[in-house]
Amino acid sequence: MSHYQIGDQVSIRASFPPGHIRTPTFIRGKSGVIESIQGTYKNPEELAYGRPGTPAQTLYRVRFRQSDLWADYSGPEHDTAVVDIYEHWLAPLSAAPYGDTP
Amino acid sequence: MSEHLRRPHDLGGLDDDAVDRGEHDHEPWEKRVDSIMRLCSDKKRHLLTVDEMRRGIEDLGPGAYDDLSYYERWISSLANNLIAKDVISIDDLGRKMTEIEARWEADREAEK
Amino acid sequence: MTDHNHDHDHEQPHPYQPDIEDAPFTHYQVMAEAVIELLTEKNVVTADEFRAQLEMTDSKTPANGAKLVAKAWTDPAFKERLMANVNDAAEELGIDAGHIPLRCVESTPDLHNVIVCTLCSCYPRMLIGLPPGWYKSRAYRARTVKEPRTVLREFGTEIADNVEVRVHDSTADLRYMVLPIRPDGTEGLSEAELAALVTRDSLIGVSVVKAPEEA
Repeated sequence: MSHYQIGDQVSIRASFPPGHIRTPTFIRGKSGVIESIQGTYKNPEELAYGRPGTPAQTLYRVRFRQSDLWADYSGPEHDTAVVDIYEHWLAPLSAAPYGDTP
Repeated sequence: MSEHLRRPHDLGGLDDDAVDRGEHDHEPWEKRVDSIMRLCSDKKRHLLTVDEMRRGIEDLGPGAYDDLSYYERWISSLANNLIAKDVISIDDLGRKMTEIEARWEADREAEK
Repeated sequence: MTDHNHDHDHEQPHPYQPDIEDAPFTHYQVMAEAVIELLTEKNVVTADEFRAQLEMTDSKTPANGAKLVAKAWTDPAFKERLMANVNDAAEELGIDAGHIPLRCVESTPDLHNVIVCTLCSCYPRMLIGLPPGWYKSRAYRARTVKEPRTVLREFGTEIADNVEVRVHDSTADLRYMVLPIRPDGTEGLSEAELAALVTRDSLIGVSVVKAPEEA
């Protein structure tokens, strides 16, 4: 059972550990919207060390506004980026709209 | 605090030059690396996962992205992983590399 | 290629040797061949398996993706199936899409999609073959997420401001292809003729598909 639903506003944890992380730096600490839920997959952070990678993590596609990701984004406001992110990198964004997490 | 850790492969958002659109065919040795990687990680052998190979590349350090080409990174990672997993020994690899280098040198001399 | 005695029937691979005309062989080329030979000697891989893998990789070309696009353009029911499950839709057309889950993102007059893998070089290779060098380059991986319109311009592609540009970073197990917009002026073309217009670059999203007179 996935924790988040399509349309939920979420933030990406601003955490910077070493290791095989598949959450790119450019979205950490940023917030976006759940676009879709893509099933469960073994955790690559664990697979990378030859471990089983279970329990499997739910994979989400999270959509961001480019103007939220880049301070100097030069394109139109409606441009977006979508990134595939594992559930353990997400945190709920309660009341705040799109934007940087405080 | 200072700049957050960004590992050398995590490139999204960094500055760089215009994209070089030049098309180069893959060299035969590169296709051979690609094939051996795929076989090592396939369902039959599952010696290692693609995740382990990716981590192996990330652990080569920042110089790897500056100094090594794409397939040079992959073969380095594959070799390191196979050694770590005791599929091949360092000694065997070293000896085989010496043998192959000598063989190729000799073949080139012979063809001249 | 060295002469090789074919009298005996065993599984050792025909020894590979880099072409004479090439630059001096490198440490990594030697390492690659050493790994391959060791694994073959240990019977971890067989010569036949290795050869089959090389051939399989060579057989994957953007023509596969182009076939899917052309059929989606001409057959709305197929397009629905493609959008729902790319792997199954590919199998319908006799294309072995492998077990890695593929996704299709549809470009429309309001939305232009472009694909990148910032962390390595994930690419729908079972569908469209090995990625081009530029897709794996630092420049493409670094800049496409933050200045997609500028990167697209470098490919000769201009997207109007009223169209959303959406960049997809394939960071996990999914692989993406773009379903590009069917260009105007192609109404009379057959599926095969349409497929011939669909370039690899349009499947990645750095180009759009052009009608024959524009190409």
